[in-house]
Amino acid sequence: MKLRTSMLMLCAALGVAACTNPASLGGAGAGGDALGAGANGGFVAGSASDPASPAYFQQAVGDRVLFAVDQSTLTPEGRATLDGQAVWLLQNADYTAVIEGHADEQGTREYNLALGARRADAARAYLVSQGVQPGRLQVVSFGKERPVEICSEEACYAKNRRAVTVLAGGLTS
Amino acid sequence: MMVRVFFMILMCLAPAWAAAQNGPLRIEITEGVIEPLPVAIPDLVPEGGAAGDWGQRIARVVAEDLTGTGLFREIPSSAFISQVSDFAAPVQYADWKAINAQALVAGAVSVNGNQINVKFRLYDVFSGAELGDGLQLAGTTDAWRRIAHKMADVVYSRITGETGYFDSRVVFVSETGPKDDRRKRLAIMDYDGANIQYLTGSESIVLAPRFSSTGDRVLYTSYETGFPRIYVLDVGSVQRRVLESQPGTMSFAPRFAPNGRTVVYSLTQGANTDIWSMDINSGQTQRLTSTPAIETAPSFSPNGDQIVFESDRSGTQQLYVMPAGGGEARRISFGEGRYGTPVWSPRGDLIAFTKQSKGRFHIGVMRTDGSEERLLTASFLDEGPTWAPNGRVIMFSRETQGAAGRSTLYSVDITGRNLRPVRTPDGGSDPSWGPLQN
Repeated sequence: MKLRTSMLMLCAALGVAACTNPASLGGAGAGGDALGAGANGGFVAGSASDPASPAYFQQAVGDRVLFAVDQSTLTPEGRATLDGQAVWLLQNADYTAVIEGHADEQGTREYNLALGARRADAARAYLVSQGVQPGRLQVVSFGKERPVEICSEEACYAKNRRAVTVLAGGLTS
Repeated sequence: MMVRVFFMILMCLAPAWAAAQNGPLRIEITEGVIEPLPVAIPDLVPEGGAAGDWGQRIARVVAEDLTGTGLFREIPSSAFISQVSDFAAPVQYADWKAINAQALVAGAVSVNGNQINVKFRLYDVFSGAELGDGLQLAGTTDAWRRIAHKMADVVYSRITGETGYFDSRVVFVSETGPKDDRRKRLAIMDYDGANIQYLTGSESIVLAPRFSSTGDRVLYTSYETGFPRIYVLDVGSVQRRVLESQPGTMSFAPRFAPNGRTVVYSLTQGANTDIWSMDINSGQTQRLTSTPAIETAPSFSPNGDQIVFESDRSGTQQLYVMPAGGGEARRISFGEGRYGTPVWSPRGDLIAFTKQSKGRFHIGVMRTDGSEERLLTASFLDEGPTWAPNGRVIMFSRETQGAAGRSTLYSVDITGRNLRPVRTPDGGSDPSWGPLQN
């Protein structure tokens, strides 16, 4: 129960689409059973302590990279996160992913859609360069339509300028 | 739900008395500061038994239309010395002159079953003569607001010399919910916010609808499939269909050409967004731009020859004009800041745009060569201008700042005067103003 609560809190904090849509988490638990057998006593398949779980991908690996204002160039931190994502995706070959590009609210709607696509594609191209099969990755942009933070200050904007790798698939799908 | 049983006849009445050929009553709305013209709009005289309060309701809509332009000031009925109690009786000009009414709109209404019949005349009080001929309008009672808008269009047109815009509709995105859970659905309404109807549900994000030039169809972007795709919706039947696109791409920012057959839109492949055109019947596509930059927000000139669009090929968002079939593009925006969402005026003379400069957003207009730029608004976030059918007024979205930020529709005159909110039940964004209805 405790882990379930913290997972829900994580979802609330992140506000990610995947959290509100269990289907997009695919076979969250099933993958963990196969790969995580023999882990220590605190192990709960499908939870963030299961390295093969989407929850682990979100929390421990990090499912998102952030961008500077009006930029789609990956930062060193962003590349490090994507390195981890690539390793995870290579180890968990049953998952596919949709990379969602987002922009902050400072921009016109349609331009921000195109800008979000640049960001999503930058993340996609980097993952492919690290060996992830292109066919496993799709991109979509939400422009400024789906902010995770709602204040009109740079502290919020910085978190909204993002590319989020949302897992789909898994063994049971 | 969109079908309205409605017909209307516009019939000239014989001049009541010797009509003035060229009355001096005139507002030149291209001038600078103007004093609103005082107008009296008494309730229409009921003729026949069943006229009820129709005369009052119609007069109120006419008054709201006219005063809403900022060009007219209504004289309250409490100031009236004489009442119009008989449409056929001579007008007591002295009584109207005494209360400084420069124009008088007098009418009569009769109702028979669900049929409504309106007659009206416009008087130039200071010339002591009728301005233009009397007119008769008829239709079904459920279209009574359209009859009022038609009346107001005639008054506006005769006094300003410009075409009216009151009998028109706006399609837009109705918004509810907080910023991080915003629900959006397409809605259509009369220009003044009345008669709102919803065209889609709010399950999927919908963006940036655009009317066809005749107002029969709407193009928009929806995330119904999880990815942005272009849909075309028939306003009458509310039937919609998706326009085909290549898998793995995003398509958005669709606009009709004036011919109603060609659609231009943005297509994103990988990191690159270009403008394409599509024949809406055959589905045949053509690429119109081919730089690695973002090209989006296209808008046709009213004659269909040219397209204005935005591109960040120079490093920031700027406006460009190219031939409708693609080819060399000419940059037209050179001021400080970034320019986006260009929309060509229905008159062909101006381009409206969104400008971002020093952390503020503006709606502005410029000539089609980029000269004579004029900013009409300034706020935390204004965007997405659309033109009234007569090219005199612009509607746009304004989003307020902060966690409780909310988007609503506003309109402003192209002179920058008369900024006012448009009444909608919920929030609103991305308006597209349709043509004057027949």
